[in-house]
Amino acid sequence: MKAEIEVLHPGLFCTIQDTGRKGFLKYGVPMSGAMDLYAAKIANLILRNPPESAILEITQMGPKLRFSDPVKISICGAFLSPKINNLPIENNSVYRIEAGDELSFGKRQFGCRTYLAISGGFKTRKVLKSRSWLEGVTDNFKLNKSMKLPYESIDESKINLNAALKINSDYMLTSEIDVYPGPEFELLSETEQLILRSQSFSIDKNNNRMAIQLVEVLENNLKPIITGPVLPGTVQLTPSGKLIVLMRDCQTTGGYPRVMQLSETGMNKIAQKIIGDSLNFEFLG
Amino acid sequence: MNSKFPRIRVMGERAILVEFETEISESILQKVLFLKKKIEDHYHKVNVEVINTYNSLLVYYDHTIDNVYNEVLALEDLFQGTKITKKSYPQLYNIPVCYDAELGLDLKLLSKENNLSLEQIIGLHTHPFYTVFFIGFLPGFLYLGGLDKKLQISRKIQPRMLVQKGAVGIGENQTGIYPKSSPGGWQIIGNSPVPLFDKNRLPPCEILAGDKVKFYQVSKSEFEKISEEIKQGKFQFKKTNYEG
Repeated sequence: MKAEIEVLHPGLFCTIQDTGRKGFLKYGVPMSGAMDLYAAKIANLILRNPPESAILEITQMGPKLRFSDPVKISICGAFLSPKINNLPIENNSVYRIEAGDELSFGKRQFGCRTYLAISGGFKTRKVLKSRSWLEGVTDNFKLNKSMKLPYESIDESKINLNAALKINSDYMLTSEIDVYPGPEFELLSETEQLILRSQSFSIDKNNNRMAIQLVEVLENNLKPIITGPVLPGTVQLTPSGKLIVLMRDCQTTGGYPRVMQLSETGMNKIAQKIIGDSLNFEFLG
Repeated sequence: MNSKFPRIRVMGERAILVEFETEISESILQKVLFLKKKIEDHYHKVNVEVINTYNSLLVYYDHTIDNVYNEVLALEDLFQGTKITKKSYPQLYNIPVCYDAELGLDLKLLSKENNLSLEQIIGLHTHPFYTVFFIGFLPGFLYLGGLDKKLQISRKIQPRMLVQKGAVGIGENQTGIYPKSSPGGWQIIGNSPVPLFDKNRLPPCEILAGDKVKFYQVSKSEFEKISEEIKQGKFQFKKTNYEG
């Protein structure tokens, strides 16, 4: 019989992700994948899973899950006070789950997104060669109550509970977001460029897996561009001055000027920010 | 090629952007698609994705680029002395559209605004051989060029919360088909039952950048018949080689 996780409570927004959908950009299919790929990779690494194994991305408020069969798990990323059968556990460690055990979460201490990895990875259906959930592409796009998530129960002999990793969580706390100038950066005036280089910005309430908007407005006279390619990490500037940081589920093309491009690290960092968090752009190029 | 274009520059740690003259035209598209093919052939053993838009190519690496300088040089070499030859015959897809008032929610508005009869609208919309410039916005959404000027109309001031899957719309100088239900601001003139994106099929889209599209009118009953064929998996696109 297949092992399953039963969703007792879905949390705020949980989604199955992997390293993303590769090879389908030309059909207009977003890349998807974990918002903080670094934390997702570490969660898998601790369990000796291949890096592209599917994990559960948990945003701000964790779910309550019941496991049908024994398995190993690890949690990396934001600290959301995880508990097994109501007993507190740590991030970045391996835990053995027994049949019937319940995993729940408590108060968020830092970060925005945490990653639950499971030995062998979640075995939800692959669509277009990836298990990443995306509205319109996969059957589900977020965890719902009573949903069942398939996994493979572990081979007893392989359990190694001493695989904790010392992880530096500083990247989740810093306000410095690493960026490169984007294709249209040079079209900004010197003053506008200076504002991007030196001012602080904060995370707007409009933020999700597609894009994170910033509160502060950058007045500008840039004209729209002929619709061109965009990527996760591309920062668009709208005529009204809104800065929109495109994230993993973003469209493949867009018509707003692309003023910055976040580095991979920059994307992992901003994925750990919540509404109201402030940030400044650290230019690499 | 003049010295300014194509312009090659780095976009973050994983991508290189190649830009051509800032215009929307068949000749730029031919250049873009020709070089896209060259890049794809060159990198066929490496994990690189190349997407095109009207005047850009994006070369996306599935890893961070180790040596950007080498990659840019490799692309420049690839473009050196390249003579653009026309793509061997593109495919021409004939796509059925039902312009029934029930589905063409904004036909009346377009008729009034642009002073055209329903027959004139259908005639103008089904006449051109549209060029597929690229797919973007939504999975399977075709950016089509070639809309008759007489049909141009501005987008809705207040976009609809829900535009039906298959809706055929016009926004400014563009026309297209919504591959799935979504919010949208285009003026809707009909609906096409054909599947533009199928997540369970590899590749998920049959019509690609560089192909041609021609619409033909079908009645409501023909529309329903084709919809039924699609449901039963019997539908096949009507296509021929386009010889200009």
